[in-house]
Amino acid sequence: MKASQRRELERTALEVRKDIVRMTGVSRAGHLDSSLSVVDILVYLYWKVLKIRPDEPLWPERDRLVFSKDHGSPALYAVLARRGFFEREELWNYRRLGAMLQGRPEHARTPGVDAPGGSRGMAIGIANGLLLSSRMDGNDRRVFCIIGSEELREGSLWESALRAGDLGFEGLTVVVDSSAPPSAAQTPAPGKGASGRKRFEAFGWRVMEVDGHNFDHLERAVSRAHSDPEGLPCVILARTTPGKGVSSAEKGSLEKPGRLLDRNGMEQALRELELASGEMEEGVKP
Amino acid sequence: MRSTLSGFGQGLVKLGRERGDVVLLHADMAGSEIVDPFASLFPERTVNCGGSEQDMVTTAAGLALGDKKTVAVAPSAFLTSRSFDQIRTCLAIPDLGVVLVGTHSGLSAGEDGAVHQMNQDVALMRSLPGMSILVPSDFNSSSAMARLAIEHPGPVYIRLGRDEVPDTGPFDEAEMRIGGGRLLLEGDGVTLCACGIMVHEALKAARILSQQGINAEVIDCFCLKPLPSRLILSSLRRTGCCVVAEEHNVIGGLGEAIAALSASENPVPVKSVAVSDRYGQSGTPLELQEYYGLTFREIVGESAQVWSMRRR
Repeated sequence: MKASQRRELERTALEVRKDIVRMTGVSRAGHLDSSLSVVDILVYLYWKVLKIRPDEPLWPERDRLVFSKDHGSPALYAVLARRGFFEREELWNYRRLGAMLQGRPEHARTPGVDAPGGSRGMAIGIANGLLLSSRMDGNDRRVFCIIGSEELREGSLWESALRAGDLGFEGLTVVVDSSAPPSAAQTPAPGKGASGRKRFEAFGWRVMEVDGHNFDHLERAVSRAHSDPEGLPCVILARTTPGKGVSSAEKGSLEKPGRLLDRNGMEQALRELELASGEMEEGVKP
Repeated sequence: MRSTLSGFGQGLVKLGRERGDVVLLHADMAGSEIVDPFASLFPERTVNCGGSEQDMVTTAAGLALGDKKTVAVAPSAFLTSRSFDQIRTCLAIPDLGVVLVGTHSGLSAGEDGAVHQMNQDVALMRSLPGMSILVPSDFNSSSAMARLAIEHPGPVYIRLGRDEVPDTGPFDEAEMRIGGGRLLLEGDGVTLCACGIMVHEALKAARILSQQGINAEVIDCFCLKPLPSRLILSSLRRTGCCVVAEEHNVIGGLGEAIAALSASENPVPVKSVAVSDRYGQSGTPLELQEYYGLTFREIVGESAQVWSMRRR
């Protein structure tokens, strides 16, 4: 990836992170750390990979993305708004009564959302159905899933993973956001390291492990997924940091339950992100 | 004598010929009368999902999002209870037009025993907003339901038994609609509402009641949700009493639905002939029907009681 492209993605990711801090701060709801960890994966897919038309959200030829990561919907919504699927103003009504942006993604309510966002363990099954319909129609639509590593504990996920492996679903790419909040550190995080890899391999998948905050890593993994020599479904185990980009959230010192920032924390987080933006602009200057 | 299973299979083939978007998913049911006719004509639109019902339901949701009209078939015990979360989350809340077909429902799983005898499926499906529920009583109505369900925009649950049943009566396809019922016999003594195999018991009961001077009106309530409310209420106004018969637990089924309708719109005595909040056990379906009191005899007995309390 060219340095200028990478910088553009980093700049976008910072803006998305600011929106997430604002929307979870304003609504006093939603999990900040689970949202910040998945930002770079979403930014990379929505700006570099997915074949989509924000001004025509139901364009039949579009690639599809099924997003079921627990508590990560603020990241998806902030990305969709910035990508032009709807007005950013909608973000400030997140989770309010009557809002377009529900706690979990709903495709009938929100432009750009392609599928119900779970509960846990359902995304790969939905993706299987989307791919089956493409195969029957003879088109080569690609389907992506973003799931959380905690979903690897769900039995229904493995029913669907087994079927995708059996059918040899070329064109299916599942990204596992493998972050675990610090509170869960004492138990081994599911999907991390060898166990997640071995389990998917046993089910007939190609497995790749990447740094989920590194755009070059993500690019290599996604392009390899799309040119898999055996045409296998691919899973990208992306190591991520909960709360990435906001130091108080990364340290796991967020107010519980809900893992939110208070008003001061929110202002401090925004200052931190502004500073990072400023440093980036400085860095660009000759 | 023909099974509702083969009736639906025939209707499905008809729709498969008319519409290229109809897809059949099934949980290892090759060899059954519902799957084979469609699968042999349209193998490219048939997927055997094996015994993974939860994945079958989420796959059906994905197919619906890919503009396919999916019919997903599995024994009702596993389709409705094992996959309840998937049905609720991926079909009912997003209001996706998927047709769920539960087979071997009620006591028809017979010798397989309590686990396979699903008498709670209607209760589960009724509790989901937007879910329509159809229960055919004979081959013809089952065949017509394939069209009703596939052409309906939202999710539909169809409950089928295993065994052969006689034709219910003269069949008029125009009566078949979501929210509809079939008026099989007119009378002003007592309203008998029934669905599935119990429609045949209700017709037998009506013959005996007429010998005792009570003219029963028999309604085949093939659509349990939404209920054919106008048909039922207009009957209750004439008879002033009602017996409901169903091959299902007494809790959460047709009986409760009609009792609630009557209580709020036109309170009359309503009695239920159903499984009295118990689980099944191994036995032939006919033995079980006798054992759990799901025959015309119970309908006659309850009819005599509500008739003596009737309110007109």
